[in-house]
Amino acid sequence: MFKFLEPNKIFLITSKAPKYVFFIFIIVLSIGLVEALFLSPEDYIQSHSVRIMYVHVPSAWISLGIFSLIALLSVGSFIFKNKNFSLIAKSLAPSGFIFNVIALVTGSIWGKPTWGTWWAWDARITSMLILALFYSMYILAWRIYDKKEQVIKITSIIAIVGVINVPIIKFSVDWWSTLHQNSSVNILSETSIHPSMLVPLLIMTAAFSLFSLLIFLMKYNTELIKIKNKGLDRL
Amino acid sequence: MINEIILMKGYGLYVWSAFSFTLISFATLYTLIKINLVKEQNKFSAKFGLLDEAKIKVAKTQSTNREILANRISSEI
Repeated sequence: MFKFLEPNKIFLITSKAPKYVFFIFIIVLSIGLVEALFLSPEDYIQSHSVRIMYVHVPSAWISLGIFSLIALLSVGSFIFKNKNFSLIAKSLAPSGFIFNVIALVTGSIWGKPTWGTWWAWDARITSMLILALFYSMYILAWRIYDKKEQVIKITSIIAIVGVINVPIIKFSVDWWSTLHQNSSVNILSETSIHPSMLVPLLIMTAAFSLFSLLIFLMKYNTELIKIKNKGLDRL
Repeated sequence: MINEIILMKGYGLYVWSAFSFTLISFATLYTLIKINLVKEQNKFSAKFGLLDEAKIKVAKTQSTNREILANRISSEI
């Protein structure tokens, strides 16, 4: 089972892919930045500060998505005893963490002109900070522990426990009275954002997704070469 | 016109700093990951160069090893 997930087979693709992904990322990001900074309209209440949404929202979406994926892969590595699942999860963590930090910092910058404060111990913001702590623990665990079996078990537990926080983040604005606004883009219900703002938001989301794919591919290649380096010692 | 783009009715400082922080974070993460990748590729090449003929033959039977060496050469070019 999962023969297609053999590192040697994946490496043939992942070693060539980064240059193409990088090229597409630069094009999509350039279009996204022009749309977000110059072409999209200002908001009738928030004026130009609404443009921060184009970096804040995609970062938050991607950091949540990546953490959920890491948790899913961790469950997979527990059930199927497939070490490549944990290698993929490990390679996803750096980009997920950086998007989490970007979401927190840009949210704080957006908060100042909108709410009059850089930070509030609001349910949404606090739960995003907790997610950043789980990301930090996950990445640190991979650095601290040497034994392979032990580190896979510990990082998987961190990811599985941490994923409980994901629905809390998502529904925090509905469950508690928060400063943070409710979501304007919904998959299952009606989206309240105007297409002139939705299009740049989706382009920036595509650009950020390409960046996380690029970082994942490079990190995954690094991890595989590390394994191959150990393999050369054993020849 | 340019002033309008830079100042954004008083919100320019917030908007430009949010976008700058994002792009600087991207550049920093990309650079760190790239440095690590190149370091591991160089380590692999150095180790490969120290192998004797027989071991090189064995190592070259693996497609991944050939791919790492090929990528190392292409990134040097």
